[in-house]
Amino acid sequence: MSRTLRPDLAVILDHVEPNSRALDVGCGDGVLMAALRDQKQVDARGIEIDGACVERCVAQGLSVVQGDADRDLSFYPDGAFDYAILSQTLQTAERPDRIMQELLRVGRRAFVSFPNFAYWRMRWALLSRGRMPVTRHLPVTWYETQNIHHVTVKDFEALADDLDIQIANRWFFTNEREIGEGGANWRAEYALFEVGR
Amino acid sequence: MTTKPVFDAITLPHPLPLDSGEALDGVSIAYETYGELAPDKSNAILLCHALTGDQYVASEHPVTGKPGWWERMVGPGKPIDTDRFHVICANVVGSCMGSTGPASDAPDGKPYAMRFPVLTIRDMVRGLIGLLDVLEIEQLHTVVGGSMGGMQALSLAANFPERASRILAIATTARHSAQNIAFHEVGRQAIMADPNWAEGNYYASGKTPDAGLAVARMAAHITYLSEAGLTDKFGRRLQDRAEKTFGFDADFQVESYLRYQGSGFTRRFDANSYLYITRAMDYFDLAEEHAKDGQEGLLADAFAGTNARFCVISFDSDWLYPTAESRHVVHALNAAGAPVSFVELSAPFGHDSFLLDVPELDRVVKGFIE
Repeated sequence: MSRTLRPDLAVILDHVEPNSRALDVGCGDGVLMAALRDQKQVDARGIEIDGACVERCVAQGLSVVQGDADRDLSFYPDGAFDYAILSQTLQTAERPDRIMQELLRVGRRAFVSFPNFAYWRMRWALLSRGRMPVTRHLPVTWYETQNIHHVTVKDFEALADDLDIQIANRWFFTNEREIGEGGANWRAEYALFEVGR
Repeated sequence: MTTKPVFDAITLPHPLPLDSGEALDGVSIAYETYGELAPDKSNAILLCHALTGDQYVASEHPVTGKPGWWERMVGPGKPIDTDRFHVICANVVGSCMGSTGPASDAPDGKPYAMRFPVLTIRDMVRGLIGLLDVLEIEQLHTVVGGSMGGMQALSLAANFPERASRILAIATTARHSAQNIAFHEVGRQAIMADPNWAEGNYYASGKTPDAGLAVARMAAHITYLSEAGLTDKFGRRLQDRAEKTFGFDADFQVESYLRYQGSGFTRRFDANSYLYITRAMDYFDLAEEHAKDGQEGLLADAFAGTNARFCVISFDSDWLYPTAESRHVVHALNAAGAPVSFVELSAPFGHDSFLLDVPELDRVVKGFIE
């Protein structure tokens, strides 16, 4: 697997312990799962809603179940995984708070990444044009988008606080590069958090 | 059936224990193989056939002369590649293509007919394991099955977890629903209402209950298709005529098609076998089978001992074993911690999609067994 990983996925790959068990919720075409398996000997499982993506995953020998996070996480036993991974999917969930609880029920720790709606270009687009922003990371108009729960870095931190979830690590990205923590709620296009109980 | 073809078969060295408590002695298992078995026996794939299927997966059927029933999937260079894998397919116990069934002779030299013991899916699997023991194949690379074949694959995973490292279950279920049982009962009653059935003792007379068996097949065949598929294929078109006849001839193409399917079936299948195999399917409930101390069984418990990888596939137009049944299996496997893949494929052909041209199915099957 020589494809370059998206920066948040590369960070996850770096921080997952070898030979661990991971559940990738919304695993897409399995690029992170394949990297985890091939580079870290991780026992990786996936959930993906799109049938064509599942088909590509199975064709690579990955164990992926067609389903959705809102409904299907409940069928996994407590503590079944060392890591639950939710990349760029939180904002599409029916109830992101419940998904967070479920991630930390089935996984000991979780990695969660999402587009930051408080990124300055978003704020500027809304302020200057008065229309819902359409950007590279949120590329679909408001009526078609699957992103039904827009969230900011500060919102996520507040949710973690409300749910007694400990934030172990955080990373921020703009223009597909990692940036520093300063002013992240303005400057970050998207964010990645490692959380636990 | 006319002249009996010659089948490749083994005889099980031990009596076959059955869920009913009886045991069946001198059981023959007829089978076909395709592709070479590797010296370390690591490349054996067991293919389990459906209700009216047989061992002729990828070779000409000796009675009908038709090509094998899954030639599009099994063969050199096909998704289940016989240049790489040794594919074994056996006729299930209770059937009529060379394995012991109700048409076989009992120890008294007369056909068993309805004296044949009622079987279960697990009994069929015990027969298949008996064959593997004779062939000295300890562990299968994969067990593959669609429909009733998928039930056998799941049953094998639950009851003989050490015998397979991969399980591929297509268009199937872990239990027969009330609707499934209802359709089978219609078929059985059609057979038993045929005067030629004669309480199952028709083998000597040569007058077989073809009318009843044909009706059973016609009713079942509808459940294998989809409404959209039937509409697409036949609509309300008339059969070789310009107008309705105001009679009960096969005016419509769909009637003519079903009659053809029904009568063709009677030439290759034994009516009593149809009774016994549909009964086995109706009794199938993998969770109930693994219930403890009179409690309601949990399907996850059935899979508690498995180390195999699973792949479950359903079709969106299959209303016989709909996607919800596959999800039920997948959720149980998740709960049991088993590595499982699941995909619902889109195909217009109903339950029969697993036998027909669905390229996505080919890719998933190939990817899973590689």
